[in-house]
Amino acid sequence: MDTAIIIEKGIFIVVIFAITMLFAMYETLAERKIAAWFQDRIGPDRAGKGGILQPLADGLKLFSKEEFFPNTPNRFLFIAGPAISMSTALITSAVIPWGDTLHIFGRDVVLQATDIDIAMLYIFGVLSVGVYGIMIGGWASNNKFSLMGAMRASSQMISYEVAMGLAIIALVMMTGSLSLRDIAAGQHGMSWNVFYQPVGFLIFLVCSFAETNRTPFDLAECEAELIGGYHTEYSSMKMGFYLFAEYASMFISSTILAVLYFGAYNFPGMDWVTENWGANATTWIGVLVLFGKICFFIFFYMWVRWTIPRFRYDQLMKLGWKMLIPLAIANIVITALAILWSDGKLF
Amino acid sequence: MSIESLSLSGRKKEVSNKKMTFMESLYLVAIAKGLWITLGHLFTRKVTIKYPEQTRSLSPVYRGQHMLMRDDEGRERCTACGLCALSCPAEAITMKAEERKPDEKHLYREEKYASIYEINMLRCIFCGLCEEACPKQAIYLTKSRVMVKSASNREDFIYGKEKLVMPLEMAINNTKPQMAK
Repeated sequence: MDTAIIIEKGIFIVVIFAITMLFAMYETLAERKIAAWFQDRIGPDRAGKGGILQPLADGLKLFSKEEFFPNTPNRFLFIAGPAISMSTALITSAVIPWGDTLHIFGRDVVLQATDIDIAMLYIFGVLSVGVYGIMIGGWASNNKFSLMGAMRASSQMISYEVAMGLAIIALVMMTGSLSLRDIAAGQHGMSWNVFYQPVGFLIFLVCSFAETNRTPFDLAECEAELIGGYHTEYSSMKMGFYLFAEYASMFISSTILAVLYFGAYNFPGMDWVTENWGANATTWIGVLVLFGKICFFIFFYMWVRWTIPRFRYDQLMKLGWKMLIPLAIANIVITALAILWSDGKLF
Repeated sequence: MSIESLSLSGRKKEVSNKKMTFMESLYLVAIAKGLWITLGHLFTRKVTIKYPEQTRSLSPVYRGQHMLMRDDEGRERCTACGLCALSCPAEAITMKAEERKPDEKHLYREEKYASIYEINMLRCIFCGLCEEACPKQAIYLTKSRVMVKSASNREDFIYGKEKLVMPLEMAINNTKPQMAK
């Protein structure tokens, strides 16, 4: 293999990793700030200017905390739990197209770690493995509350993955490809998928909330009933890893939402920019646009968190199985009919 | 109009157990409404008071640390009658009376004064009954405008005259308008 490609991809992966970590770090601050604003408060503003150093202070605090091990026979699994959560949250970013092609140093640099043609399946696979982090952690804690949280998390994720997959099927029928790069490229300019698949987007959005364990679906760690759910027994940096993984997966999930439905790096007027300022300018603006969309979805996650109270468990299951799945199937049927009709094969 | 459906505030809402329609059970409209309300709160004025730098203003009737008053000539008003101690529901006040010497006329207003006057701030409930009981208008909770500070041992909460009597500077300030006349 070409050495240059290895170096190029290596640099790119490190940059993406750093950006993901940075985002996850500052999401914790953003969450606290936004929560405060929604509640008419100011929020943390003592560490650094406007609280800009707060995530560092929080991290330092978690590092210096006592490392506690519960009386569990599964010490290995107890450590593996947060590790799996963290790694699965991070490896999803491998297939995401962060931007179009860039022409630098006489090379065409594709702003994507790897363009595999089954990227959608890959994402779903990784998401499914993600639940193991919570499951294993909750199981190895040797604590009833942890186990209960883990059980809730796994059943919730399995239920919502069905509706999520069905919502994606309608999208894939339209785009005709499982590759995220093709899906992103197909939304050129302003022809974003959300305009063609509004119901599918809504279902996918709701399921994303469930998959990332965010309110109103944070039953896995609901404080009022389960103390801390699956991370009750965790302390120090292992706890930090779980929380960090949650924020990292929130970032990735926002990215997937932006790429699949909100046009990825496409923005209106990109042809004009290419004509006047060149292709590289379009790519750079595209990357910024993508990150703007990601930030919006992260904000939306937090916005919803401080608006909607937690669902009851039976309501959660009812919404998943009785509302979203029928809706997703109806969406598939309607999409199929619409595709046939537009091809002139219907009637 | 029957009494059940009467609503003086106009905000009364009847709770019903009706079955939700399919659209309602998706919660979409309700969630959109909720999001709109929270978005409004994002831009409202923040109510936080950054405490050590900013302090809240006390209301004029705020009952804080007691103050033993001085009169216009700077003399202590208290005559050690003990009515405050008697009225105190928390048994917080103790005092010891002393007769005024002829050369102390500039210090004490009445012929009898309190040589020791102590309030146990841990017992005090800041009800203000001592203020109401006082026939000489000698004790007030609203004048000092300070809260009783925390301390780490119980003895520090027994406030003697050195902490309770109106400071001389304040008394001098109070007499100034009279001197101007």
